Amino acid sequence: MIAEAGHYALVLALALALIQSTVPILGARLHDPALMNVARSTALAQLLFVGGSFAALVTLHVTSDFSVVNVFENSHSLKPLIYKITGVWGNHEGSMLLWVSILALFGGLVAAFGNNLPLSLRAHVLAVQAWIASAFYLFILITSNPFLRIANPPIEGRDLNPVLQDIGLAVHPPMLYLGYVGFSISFSFAVAALLEGRIDAAWARWVRPWTLLAWIFLTLGIAMGSYWAYYELGWGGWWFWDPVENASLMPWLAGTALLHSAVVMEKRNALKVWTILLSILTFSLSLLGTFLVRSGVLTSVHAFATDPERGVFILLILCIFIGGSLSLYAWRASALKQGGLFAPISREGALVLNNLFLTTACATVFIGTLYPLALEVITGDKISVGAPFFNLTFAPLFVPLMIAVPFGPLLAWKRGDLLGAAQRLVAAGVVALIAIALLWAWTLGGSTLAPLAIGLAVFVIAGALSDLVERTGLFRLPLGTALRRARGLPRSSWGTVFAHAGVGVALIGIVCETTWNTEYIGSMKPHDVAHVAGYALTLDGVRQRQGPNFREMIAQFTASLDGERLSVMTPSKRSFTTRGSTTTEAALLTRGASQLYISLGDTAADGEIAVRIYHKPMVLLIWFGPVLMAFGGMLSLSDRRLRVGAPKPARASRQLQPAE
Amino acid sequence: MTRKQRRLTMIGGSLAVLAVAAALVLNAMRDSIVFFSTPVMVAEKHIPAGRRFRLGGLVEKGSLVHGADLAVTFKVGDGGATLPVSFKGILPDLFREGQGVVAEGALDASGVFRADTVLAKHDETYMPKDVADALKKQGHWKDDYGGKSQAAQADQNAQGASRAAQGVPQ
Repeated sequence: MIAEAGHYALVLALALALIQSTVPILGARLHDPALMNVARSTALAQLLFVGGSFAALVTLHVTSDFSVVNVFENSHSLKPLIYKITGVWGNHEGSMLLWVSILALFGGLVAAFGNNLPLSLRAHVLAVQAWIASAFYLFILITSNPFLRIANPPIEGRDLNPVLQDIGLAVHPPMLYLGYVGFSISFSFAVAALLEGRIDAAWARWVRPWTLLAWIFLTLGIAMGSYWAYYELGWGGWWFWDPVENASLMPWLAGTALLHSAVVMEKRNALKVWTILLSILTFSLSLLGTFLVRSGVLTSVHAFATDPERGVFILLILCIFIGGSLSLYAWRASALKQGGLFAPISREGALVLNNLFLTTACATVFIGTLYPLALEVITGDKISVGAPFFNLTFAPLFVPLMIAVPFGPLLAWKRGDLLGAAQRLVAAGVVALIAIALLWAWTLGGSTLAPLAIGLAVFVIAGALSDLVERTGLFRLPLGTALRRARGLPRSSWGTVFAHAGVGVALIGIVCETTWNTEYIGSMKPHDVAHVAGYALTLDGVRQRQGPNFREMIAQFTASLDGERLSVMTPSKRSFTTRGSTTTEAALLTRGASQLYISLGDTAADGEIAVRIYHKPMVLLIWFGPVLMAFGGMLSLSDRRLRVGAPKPARASRQLQPAE
Repeated sequence: MTRKQRRLTMIGGSLAVLAVAAALVLNAMRDSIVFFSTPVMVAEKHIPAGRRFRLGGLVEKGSLVHGADLAVTFKVGDGGATLPVSFKGILPDLFREGQGVVAEGALDASGVFRADTVLAKHDETYMPKDVADALKKQGHWKDDYGGKSQAAQADQNAQGASRAAQGVPQ
């Protein structure tokens, strides 16, 4: 009954989406406000029905109704409740339902909070949203219906893939989808602007918060996924340049560029055509990511060719939306009026440079991800493009970008003074040089590149701080005045500082982890001691434990530093009987921003266990950086100017230009 | 500067960055791309010792030998030929005799494949894509793999679930 209700709600949502796709557009053509307002009610109703459908699937999973194929294949009655819920999107059908639910959520938000939008713009935006939604509802209903029943219900389910039975699954996919799908709003705005043939600074002001929101979620989603892979897969890697990861990195890079170009558009009414293109590209890359992950093309080109239903369907959606929007762009973009002028050395110029490098870096990731697929389809040759490729292309492109980051906020709009900006960055440069010198002296004979890279990161952080010092007049003015100025500073300026500093923080983590990571791999028996980076780790013993739906072998280690006992670490190996598979649960010991990491290998016949121990210096900074970036984004989002529904601010404080 | 000059500066700058990027990509393509081979292909192509490639196939039943200090040797076959592989380190959770495996490394002078990385996807039903394709091509494909690999595909979660678990060298 619940399954049928969920299925029916989804069909109704499709019907609503079809109405929402057409009627508002018709209304805009006929200048009929009543027809245009249909978009609002249908978007909200759609959210209600998809929400209901999603709730139905969650209920089925929670109650372990194994008469539903999706529940049977991915759940088990003994599974803890949290994994019963997260298991809803731990499979293809459920995750597509989550995808459309989030799409409907964003459509509903625009409908609910878009009261200050011009009526026809809102009608167009919601109609475009409904086009996307209709395509994906059809996809789910035709190829991936999660509500199908089994004729003879089994009494027990097949359980969820053990690797997914982790709290990471509760957070990572929803976050990532909020990011991916959030970019559909800027896409819809872009297509709506092209349809209307009108775009202005106000447009950018409406688009920016949505882009920012999506970007925050995508940033956190990627970081979360990386940390999850780090602790769950058991060999301490945090980024693999795997196509699935690249699929999420590409929209992030394009989205970051979009975020910055939208600033130029809002402030200076320039780069309109480019911003529109970026909006289209960002969401296209999100769709591409969905295609790569969902079509099975990565698992096997053959799986795609032999079971083409899903893959071809998504490919079709991909072609229609990307091809359609780009054609529309080619046709209508020239109709958009050119914006303000600016010199190459200016805030706008710096943001153009940022866009140039981000999109180029995105393009290299695109090539590295899709070239092997294309080559295999065309010539049949199989190659793998791994980390070395991306290190050789992506990294060199990021270096000039990082050098430029601190300059951007210090340049004036329209015509900037590079020398002046450089002078204001002298302090940051000196700090960076001192950092390089100290590190170089400390690690004498070691890597030369690492101190330089850390110096660059310090430059970015110090540069962000000196921007803050510059704006508040700290050290120049009395402390009270500086504090008052700091309070008066727009939140978006604070956001810039945090986000840019976050980039530097993440870079420090990445460099330290990759350069000074130490590891020990060997077999140990009880009372053996392993020495890693000054820490002594004693294997105390091994015991067995029965979990809810698995058995686990727990090894207990005592970690000590200079003879002082620190803590007990208990890595384990779990074997899941239903699926007959094992997972490795690593044990982590956090010391400041560094971590000790133990994971277990096989047990030999004589009782020795293979053990892998890492010391990862500063590794937590890798994820702390993105968290800072997201925090910066949130600060910027809470800026009065961008708050949804906020009135236009008075034009009083012109001299305190926010930097974004 | 006039509008035209400004635009030329921008276009020139963009082209310069794109040219640099293209050069980087081509350079990386030449140096860092690893080809995939099966034991039969290795025998046919006479890959020189020291050239890195990825070897894929099935781990021959009964060929896995644990040596001292985490050294292991096993044979990889694809129905036509077998190739001895040596590896030092921890094998991935899903490494099993009779199952598919992908190893990265190079041949040494004596014709043994010295792997520095052994990959296995983390799902036990999963057949590495390259191996499945190669086996299909050579007609050694069993239908039950097909069913399994599709099940594995369904398991793929939104993101990141299907990352390769790796055996890391010592």
